[in-house]
Amino acid sequence: MEKSNNSGRVKGQKSAVKGVLISLMLLYLTLFLLVPLIFIFVKAFEQGTAVYFAAITDSDALSAIKLTLLVVIITVPLNTVFGIAAAWCITKFQFRGKQLLLSLIELPFAISPVIAGLIFILFFSPRGALGSLLMDWGIKIIFSVPGIIIVTMFVTLPFIARELIPIMQTQGKAEEEAAISLGASGWKMFMLVTLPTIKWGLLYGMILCSARAIGEFGAVSVVSGRIRGMTNTMPLHVEILYNEYQFSAAFAVASLMSLLALVTLSIKSFIEYKTEKQQVGE
Amino acid sequence: MSIEIRDVTKHYGSFQALKNINLTISKGELVALLGPSGSGKTTLLRMIAGLESVEEGSISFDGKDLSTVHVNQRDVGFVFQHYALFKHMTVFDNVAFGLNIRKKSLRPSKQEIEKKVHELLELVKLSGFAHRYPSQLSGGQRQRVALARALAVEPKMLLLDEPFGALDAKVRKELRRWLRKLHNEMHITSVFVTHDQEEALDVADRIVIMNKGKIEQVGTPSEVYDKPVSPFVYDFLGNVNLFHGRLQQGKLNLGSAQLDAPDYIDKDETDAVGYVRPHHLTVERVRQSKDEIAAKITFMHSIGPTWHIEMRREDIDAYVEVELSKEEFMQLDLKVGEIVYVSPKEMKVFIPEDFII
Repeated sequence: MEKSNNSGRVKGQKSAVKGVLISLMLLYLTLFLLVPLIFIFVKAFEQGTAVYFAAITDSDALSAIKLTLLVVIITVPLNTVFGIAAAWCITKFQFRGKQLLLSLIELPFAISPVIAGLIFILFFSPRGALGSLLMDWGIKIIFSVPGIIIVTMFVTLPFIARELIPIMQTQGKAEEEAAISLGASGWKMFMLVTLPTIKWGLLYGMILCSARAIGEFGAVSVVSGRIRGMTNTMPLHVEILYNEYQFSAAFAVASLMSLLALVTLSIKSFIEYKTEKQQVGE
Repeated sequence: MSIEIRDVTKHYGSFQALKNINLTISKGELVALLGPSGSGKTTLLRMIAGLESVEEGSISFDGKDLSTVHVNQRDVGFVFQHYALFKHMTVFDNVAFGLNIRKKSLRPSKQEIEKKVHELLELVKLSGFAHRYPSQLSGGQRQRVALARALAVEPKMLLLDEPFGALDAKVRKELRRWLRKLHNEMHITSVFVTHDQEEALDVADRIVIMNKGKIEQVGTPSEVYDKPVSPFVYDFLGNVNLFHGRLQQGKLNLGSAQLDAPDYIDKDETDAVGYVRPHHLTVERVRQSKDEIAAKITFMHSIGPTWHIEMRREDIDAYVEVELSKEEFMQLDLKVGEIVYVSPKEMKVFIPEDFII
């Protein structure tokens, strides 16, 4: 009797701890995530839907949206190719300097984006190492679209490779060797055996990469030059509007970005759910 | 297809995995590469398959040098220890893989592929499993799918890397019998790697025993078992008792006893070791001659029909293991703690200096 009482007390304590922790976490999330998110939308619609739609259909806003999407469309595929290639050579081959390559891939995580932007300014500015040469050929990198794309690529470079390396490491080489011994070419082996096993991890990495490419502020703000309608991405546009006291417009564009973030988040959750299912299947 | 391996050497960094390997495998043979881990057996198999590059020496099939032929052109079927099935494909698609990926001009029609896959699944006794995924199969079933998949492309040789290593004892025995039968029917040149001497002795036509990157002995199962050429082979192929002594006029002098060593009649005054299998020792309750070794029984247990008796020698601090049949054991009526007299029926003597590398 006493024993069952004891265990009952322990259970009661456990559920109390659980309850406290869960409510603390919910409070925290509400304060720091949910409230600001709602605030964005409230502020965006403060002056009515007309102002909202005017703000997001403004020509400068539209060009910022277009530029942001362009950056994503160019950055994500390039980093996908790079990510697969890097993960491949790190997990399938033995070579000197492998550890160095791994650290190099992670470098963008360690460097502040602003510093990253400055590095590229120094490198590509007319007085920089490569800038003067490119200038002679009439190619402009800094304060124009190519610069924005290059820094975004730099900042988002680790996402896909880091997602793939652990997957490919646990996968090993045997399945690929089996495919080759059955007569498959390298390309067929990749398409039919490698890609299907890494596809969810790859998609997950691409989603993270896109989210970061859309939202990147620091590095882009350094190299873009903020020429309205030309080198302004969405986060930069939000900042400009805000600094000009156009709060509703700023929040309208911000709400659009938040929507994009919510969409990527739900795709990401869907992929996580899928990968989990696949792993259970194994 | 016959395989010729000439002077093959392989390094991994500073580690020498293979040293001057020479081996010929004739057409239709079933050969086992047997050795402890790190002996280079898997490396050699992977080199035959083309999954590892040949640094020095050459490997040729039917007289044709293969150094420059890529794995996917070698016509080998490779079976991996952990099956390496394509997890995202059904059993059917796994087996059909090698045929489906062929160029259009070489690819059989859809019906032919289907027929072939079903024939193979029948052969490996998995007819009803075509639409299952590898995760829904047991280990033994997975390995049979892997075999069917390797056979689907009609390879000229079959290479198996510890094919039954990950399976439990009973399934393992069943599968190796089945492999033997399959080989008898198909006569496909096969090489398999194993560290299990019983498996090699049970299945192979010929056994290649490897140690530290070198071939120790090549021969039929009875040759290597009955006439081991080195202490390593003797030791590796089964349990063994060692009797250290000195050779004197064709006898191995243990101090307390003299054992016959007729092979070494011309060798004198050298340290030598007598190797005796546990079942080659006779046990007597009463001393029959002065050349029997007195020992005290410390432990006895039976495994199926044989009794294993551990005893400690009275003359020096060394253990002797003896295997007796149930009948012999009953007749002797042994008890733990008793002193008995053992003598070898058969013994192989090696002089250690001959085998120092």
